[in-house]
Amino acid sequence: MKTMTNRIRGLAAAGLFAGAAMVSAAPAMAETIKVGILHSLSGTMAISETTLKDAMLMLIDDVNKAGGLLGKQVEPVVVDPASDWPLFAEKARELIEKEKVAVIFGCWTSVSRKSVLPVFEELNGLLFYPVQYEGEESSRNVFYTGAAPNQQAIPAVEYLMSEDGGAAERFALLGTDYVYPRTTNKILRAFLHSRGISDEDILEEYTPFGHSDWQTIVSKVRSFASEGKKTAIVSTINGDANVPFYKELANQGVMAEDLPVVAFSVGEEELAGIDTGPLVGHLAAWNYFMSVETPENEAFIEKWHAFIGDEDRVTNDPMEAHYIGFKMWAQAVKQAGTTDVDAVRQAMYGQTAKSLTGTTAVMNVNHHLSKPVLIGEVQDDGQFEIVWQTDGPVVGDAWSDYIPESARLTADWTYPWVCGNCEKPMF
Amino acid sequence: MGWLDLKGRIFLVALAVLAGGAVALNLSLPESSALHVPNYMVGLIGKYLCFALLALSVDLVWGFAGILSLGHGAFFALGGYAMGMHLMRQIGERGVYGHPVLPDFMVFLDWKELPWYWHGFDSAWFALPMCLAVPGALAFLFGWLTFRSRVTGVYLSIISQAMTFALMLAFFRNDMGFGGNNGLTDFKDLFGHDLKGAGMRAGLLLASAAALAGGYLLCRWMTVGKFGRVLVAVRDAEQRTRFLGYRPEHYKILVFTVSAMMAGAAGALYVPQVGIINPSEFSPANSIEIVIWVAVGGRGTLIGAALGAVLVNYAKTFLTGAAPEMWLFVLGGLFIAVTLFVPKGVLGEIASLRVRWQARRGSDG
Amino acid sequence: MAVRNAIFRLILVLFAAGACLAPGGGSASEGFEAALVLLTGKSAKKRMAGVEALAASGHPAAASMLSAMVDGKLYYRKEDGRLFVVAKRGREFDLFDPMSGEQAGSARSKALKKVKVNNRLRRAIRTALAGLNLTHPDRAKRLDAAAGLLKSADPGLRPLLAAAFDREADADVRAAMELALAAVDIGRDSPPSVRVAAAGRLGASEAPEARALLGRVVGDAQADPAVREAARAALEEIENRLELYRQFGAGFPGISLGSVLLLAAGGANAAPAVREAARAALEEIENRLELYRQFGAVFQGISLGSVLLLAAVGLAITFGVMGVINMAHGEMVMVGAYATFVVQELFRTFAPELFGLSLAVAVPVAFLAAAGLGAGLERSVIRWLYGRPLETLLATWGVSLVLRQAVRSIFGPTNREVGNPEWMSGAVELAGGVAITYNRIWIILFSLAVLAAVMAVIRYTTFGLEMRAVTQNRPMANAMGIRSRNVDCMTFALGSGVAGMAGVALSQIDNVSPNLGQAYIVDSFMVIVFGGVGNLWGVLVGAMSLGIVNKFIEPFSGAVLGKIVVLVALILFIQRRPQGLFAMRGRAAEL
Repeated sequence: MKTMTNRIRGLAAAGLFAGAAMVSAAPAMAETIKVGILHSLSGTMAISETTLKDAMLMLIDDVNKAGGLLGKQVEPVVVDPASDWPLFAEKARELIEKEKVAVIFGCWTSVSRKSVLPVFEELNGLLFYPVQYEGEESSRNVFYTGAAPNQQAIPAVEYLMSEDGGAAERFALLGTDYVYPRTTNKILRAFLHSRGISDEDILEEYTPFGHSDWQTIVSKVRSFASEGKKTAIVSTINGDANVPFYKELANQGVMAEDLPVVAFSVGEEELAGIDTGPLVGHLAAWNYFMSVETPENEAFIEKWHAFIGDEDRVTNDPMEAHYIGFKMWAQAVKQAGTTDVDAVRQAMYGQTAKSLTGTTAVMNVNHHLSKPVLIGEVQDDGQFEIVWQTDGPVVGDAWSDYIPESARLTADWTYPWVCGNCEKPMF
Repeated sequence: MGWLDLKGRIFLVALAVLAGGAVALNLSLPESSALHVPNYMVGLIGKYLCFALLALSVDLVWGFAGILSLGHGAFFALGGYAMGMHLMRQIGERGVYGHPVLPDFMVFLDWKELPWYWHGFDSAWFALPMCLAVPGALAFLFGWLTFRSRVTGVYLSIISQAMTFALMLAFFRNDMGFGGNNGLTDFKDLFGHDLKGAGMRAGLLLASAAALAGGYLLCRWMTVGKFGRVLVAVRDAEQRTRFLGYRPEHYKILVFTVSAMMAGAAGALYVPQVGIINPSEFSPANSIEIVIWVAVGGRGTLIGAALGAVLVNYAKTFLTGAAPEMWLFVLGGLFIAVTLFVPKGVLGEIASLRVRWQARRGSDG
Repeated sequence: MAVRNAIFRLILVLFAAGACLAPGGGSASEGFEAALVLLTGKSAKKRMAGVEALAASGHPAAASMLSAMVDGKLYYRKEDGRLFVVAKRGREFDLFDPMSGEQAGSARSKALKKVKVNNRLRRAIRTALAGLNLTHPDRAKRLDAAAGLLKSADPGLRPLLAAAFDREADADVRAAMELALAAVDIGRDSPPSVRVAAAGRLGASEAPEARALLGRVVGDAQADPAVREAARAALEEIENRLELYRQFGAGFPGISLGSVLLLAAGGANAAPAVREAARAALEEIENRLELYRQFGAVFQGISLGSVLLLAAVGLAITFGVMGVINMAHGEMVMVGAYATFVVQELFRTFAPELFGLSLAVAVPVAFLAAAGLGAGLERSVIRWLYGRPLETLLATWGVSLVLRQAVRSIFGPTNREVGNPEWMSGAVELAGGVAITYNRIWIILFSLAVLAAVMAVIRYTTFGLEMRAVTQNRPMANAMGIRSRNVDCMTFALGSGVAGMAGVALSQIDNVSPNLGQAYIVDSFMVIVFGGVGNLWGVLVGAMSLGIVNKFIEPFSGAVLGKIVVLVALILFIQRRPQGLFAMRGRAAEL
């Protein structure tokens, strides 16, 4: 009996490792254009990024149904970097070198982008990055389709200071302790100074990732707000920490009319996990909301629901960024007649696409988009009601004008500049 | 060289063949050749070898001294940070803001001068020893505090986890001056050579292989002979060893410090190859994973630990590409299956199979 | 803007004066019609004018329309612009005529458009409603109205408020109205003597609004340079005196007083007597508030401690008692949270009116789900690993990976919404921003109840006796006829089930996502090790002291550094007491 179990054990072990070590040589599909999708499907960021993978699959599916690109089918290559930053770099290298993808759509966090950046620059790959971020970067190999700080933070604060937004004179800047909130708050502080708001009217607080106990900070902000001046909260709190934050706000009875929160990382997807009844009136600034009423958006939502097979799934801003990015890339490929990275990059400049908000987005020479900025108020159904928007598209700024070291830098990848961070043209 | 047995020699030869072969096939053959080893494979092998060295360091303390450290990732990361600081200083004026001394993130956070702990890292002669000294010093301090007050078993495991968790939170803070969540990145060159060059990649792979070989020899040397026997005695019956007149805490502190320095070396080699070091390396989950590599390969076998690290990481690389939605099921299932069916780890199981086989042949004949 | 506001207020006052005599005259109804048209306007400005006109019209339906609007239930039909109050039924809306309140058919959601409200409109509506409700027969409505006016401190409504105050008989409502009156009186438009008196009255109150208003007066900075210079000189004198007070107040953290000083330094035109009175009143409040704040910190610490306790109790059984390094413990918590989600979904679908009971039902369901899973896990994996505690680490880590991915595959990777029932929402408001939330109170009670139940099971039931026997001496227990295998299985199931119940509570304050468990696993192990492995009292004391220490450090060091300090302190503590707070003695200590 004992030897029997031992034999079974040995067999199981052998089978297991043979299975794990088996390398499948997937037959190379002839005549397809490969598009890499580099979004975490497991780990902490899966919560946000999985949706983007699905959105990309839908967009690719669409193009294929319409006959593909340059007469070829587009083949998505999905990998899972598992919210592990060095693994992002490894997977990016694998996609470009081994799978020979024409372009990669992916990344969410700043650190994942920073991690893959050297790989893209070394191998001359092409990345479309769909998330709002801190700016202060313009790589030749990355197109930033999310919002730069001047396309989100500054208009939002201007709105809060306006008569309609509540004429706030005091600001609590709450964020998760990482580079995006730090940068955004630095820019905001400089901006608020330029509007005559002094340091004593600015409260800055940072919390660790996934912070779940907000009692102390919410109490602190409430007492900060009760010192006389009209106060508003600017939140750059990241992902997971938002749900407990809003739950604490609601439970401590913070009403949006008295102490509005404007958030830059909270969209429809994040609100899906919260009962938004007590949060009605809090704000978010994005370049897109699901509640936008345009024929393009209605069609997009319908398609999304059909693709994902769930009427309750929401759409959000990074999805629109991928929508614009993928549309522009496809147009650039058609225009260039090839998927060669250099040719496509040249064709990207000045590329326009009708966005889901009905405006025309333009890709600028600094690799950032021109998009309108919308401010929405949370509704009890988890959607946003648009209460304000910019008159036209705002040009995404790679280098903030409010930070002295970066105000002198220019990003322009066309002749004669050809540079992402220069004080004078290269040629 | 009596302490180096046949298995060890085979391991070292295999390692030399793997590393040398990969480099030779990468550099000498044209890309079109079927035998060409692509660049990304070279980088990947280099990374695996670093993990193997890290697993070796855990096996040294866990397999031979019975110290289950759930915080070894911290030593790995500290070595990596020391290396990263050197690489950051090498960037010089080529950062985006063009500051001659300060790294970009410091310029950005309005720091006016370099914090004191960043001084000296511009010189490789200072930075490289620090890659070993910093983790070693922390391990010595930690060991000094814990082993002398006879903290053992799960208590030790959990507070070593607390240590790495606290360090992770600390390094996440931007005020610490280590780049916060983004960590250190955007490296340009090492010893004056471009990090992206083929030669540099090959050199790093060979260095990792050499470090692994060196680490193995060191572990082997420490674990055979009298020192090794005392270690095993401490692992199996600490009280009795103490009553025999030995001071287990001294042995433990020494072996823990050496192990941490090995982990630091692994981290230092890892960072230039992946191009980034950030606080997530400190996360408790990472440290648990290292222990799992060792368990999969076989605790207390050294070679098995190295093998386990390569095996699990290869599985991860392969599965995240081949089955992105299912890979956690496979990996999780693998861990469960290994504990149930291969409790001694791959190498341990092979060894015991051989013993049984010999025993049966003995009884037959 | 100011002019229009003044006119609006004038109209409002006139209306209030004549409201009782002649409700809804011809001109009022005309104003009403005009207001309705304005409400359907596209710009927020038009709608604001609409709200003002509606409030001024004095139409009997104005109040109900305004409340419908603020609740997001006021819609207009796209084709003819007619306004309706709606009740949602999926994509179909039932329409009600706002004037008569009668049902006026139904329509598809696409044919209607919501009358949009922003925060500014909400504030205006709240003020208007407060004005309209000051003489409402319902006492609670009048209290609300007074509280609303305290917030807006609108001088235009003073005559209305004063009239209501004179007529008011209820003491509480009178007090609230008096406070609201003081809030108006301290405003810039009043003469100095009135402002001084108002400051005195506000000083007696603990409402945060009172503090805010006083702070505003102290920090007022609009005056000609000569006045400012004189005020500054006087201020310096005051400050010197204040410095003395501060020295006296040893033990008093001085932070709050410092903030008063800062505000005072920025002060200017308000007459010195007003400022002095305001300052004294403010200081009085601050002193009282400091006490409340300390109490608040203790409460928050206990509440954080109770969360840690809940997360750790289950682990105290599987890890503490059985010695299984259970890395899948967090996932059992997660299973409990998802069980809550499923139960709530069922309630939403089949019995929405009983939603308040959903959590009560979820507790046993979560217990059974997690316990069942735990039993299955024990039977299939853990039982082969007894005596090899470190290998359970490996296997349970694998289980944890599988469970996380399984939940991700079944429920999707995104957060799931778990609602707070009515009885768990809201807070008891102490003075000065210290709010004690009901859900935290419930969680504290729940965690203590869970701990008590687990202790009772272990101490008073046969199973508990067997469990203790098996952990203390397995061969002897076997010899006594205890089927130790079954006891193991039940024990592990109990630990898992308790973790599942923790999931119900955590779903109320945290994300319900596949990562839920990971957030608590490290903390849970810390609590157990701190308290002493295998001791339930240790878990209680460990969790509570970690929670409270954390909350007292946090205000000074920030959340991140606070946590680091606690961790380092924990490491150092273990050096002093290598077996935790409550060390086990004898053989069981050798784990």
